[in-house]
Amino acid sequence: MMKSEYDIVVVGAGPAGSMAARFAAEKGVSVLVLEKDRDVGYPVRCGEAVSKAGIEEFIPSDPKFIATVINKFSFIAPDGSEVIVPLEEEGYILERRIFDYELAKTAAAAGAEILTRAYVNGLLFDGNKVNGVKFEYDGEQKEIKSKIVIAADGVESRVGRWAGLKTHIDFRDMESAVQITASNISVKPDTCYFYFGEEYAPQGYFWIFPKDSKTANIGLGVGGDMNRKKSALTYLNNFMKKNYPGASVLTRIAGGVPCVPTLDKIVAPGIMLAGDAARQVNPLSGGGIASGMIGGSIAGTVAAESVLMNKPEYVFEYEKRWNDRLGKRHLIFNRIKNGIYNFTDEQFNGIAHAALKLPEEKRTLGNIFKTALVNKPKLLIDVAKVFFTK
Amino acid sequence: MIEILPDKCDFCGCCVGVCPVDAIELKEAEITIIEETCTNCAKCVWSCPIEVLVFNRNGAGKKNDEK
Repeated sequence: MMKSEYDIVVVGAGPAGSMAARFAAEKGVSVLVLEKDRDVGYPVRCGEAVSKAGIEEFIPSDPKFIATVINKFSFIAPDGSEVIVPLEEEGYILERRIFDYELAKTAAAAGAEILTRAYVNGLLFDGNKVNGVKFEYDGEQKEIKSKIVIAADGVESRVGRWAGLKTHIDFRDMESAVQITASNISVKPDTCYFYFGEEYAPQGYFWIFPKDSKTANIGLGVGGDMNRKKSALTYLNNFMKKNYPGASVLTRIAGGVPCVPTLDKIVAPGIMLAGDAARQVNPLSGGGIASGMIGGSIAGTVAAESVLMNKPEYVFEYEKRWNDRLGKRHLIFNRIKNGIYNFTDEQFNGIAHAALKLPEEKRTLGNIFKTALVNKPKLLIDVAKVFFTK
Repeated sequence: MIEILPDKCDFCGCCVGVCPVDAIELKEAEITIIEETCTNCAKCVWSCPIEVLVFNRNGAGKKNDEK
């Protein structure tokens, strides 16, 4: 039974929202999660790749949400040169529709209430401080008061804007992405494939992430300026026609990936942003599952602490903790991304040829990036910081 | 004026994220351009991965009618 007031309202039940709700509820404060869709976890808007460590910080690995275990990356240059990199740490391709359910269940078990089909369309204010949300539910307009709102409402976040936070992202920095889940194809279930270059995905990459030996997520992201000239969908259709003309398409999804560092401000009085809404995606890889869960967990913890201490201004502690944990790292990843973003096909080919000369045991992700950026000494320091220190 | 072809839309929210003036509203499977707010800047058109939004220069949009 819904109450008229909660300590914390979380908007969105993706990985960031569910972890925010769980970490807050575990501290004993009252939490309500409002999800706009009918289902938690569906529709999926994700390539579903994540590192094992990224998951296990929050939930034990479970075969029911793991489609495949990945232990190799294969990078394919425009001229077809293939560089296979064995991973130091294994990864997973998830079944997000099950994974998100399991995460939401951990939030519910901690005491958070969750409501689906609840579309948040406004904020309540006390002076300039947010103190609740307006939402549509069952055809009725409702209001709920809360001491803090955590907006984990995804790439399309509007909640933060209503509180005066600048969440809009330049279209050039948004990767326009599209993906199908294709079946009746043949793939190696332990390898993620990444294609680079003009033909596949300028200012981005094209991916094949296997879900089993006959099924894979196949998709790409291109920079907004590239999408303007030729849409992501056109690149995907061309690839499929050429490489997998007989594939069956089980799902098709589109999406925007905010490949930027975290927003400058992710907190305002009474409100915190988490996950894609805060732009907590790794700007180099475009991965946002693990970083979203980390962002959400810190937001939930700090929000609960703020409520328990009765210190509203304590919410700003979230920015500091996020920056120390990942925000500063993402700035470095963003510099590396900008260093390779506009590489030409010849440059990608050159990197692949140089990487193939590395002895196999030295072909690590860090060494590949070192090879790619050998002419940019400043970025080599960045590569060292994020790939060679733990 | 900017039009959305709703039958093509996957409701991914990319356009909402790049809209500089908060003029697009997305529910689960329902997307609307708030015409009073839209400035016809076309950034949503440029970023849509699956060509759902179209910029119609000759359309009878509100902004054009006012001129």
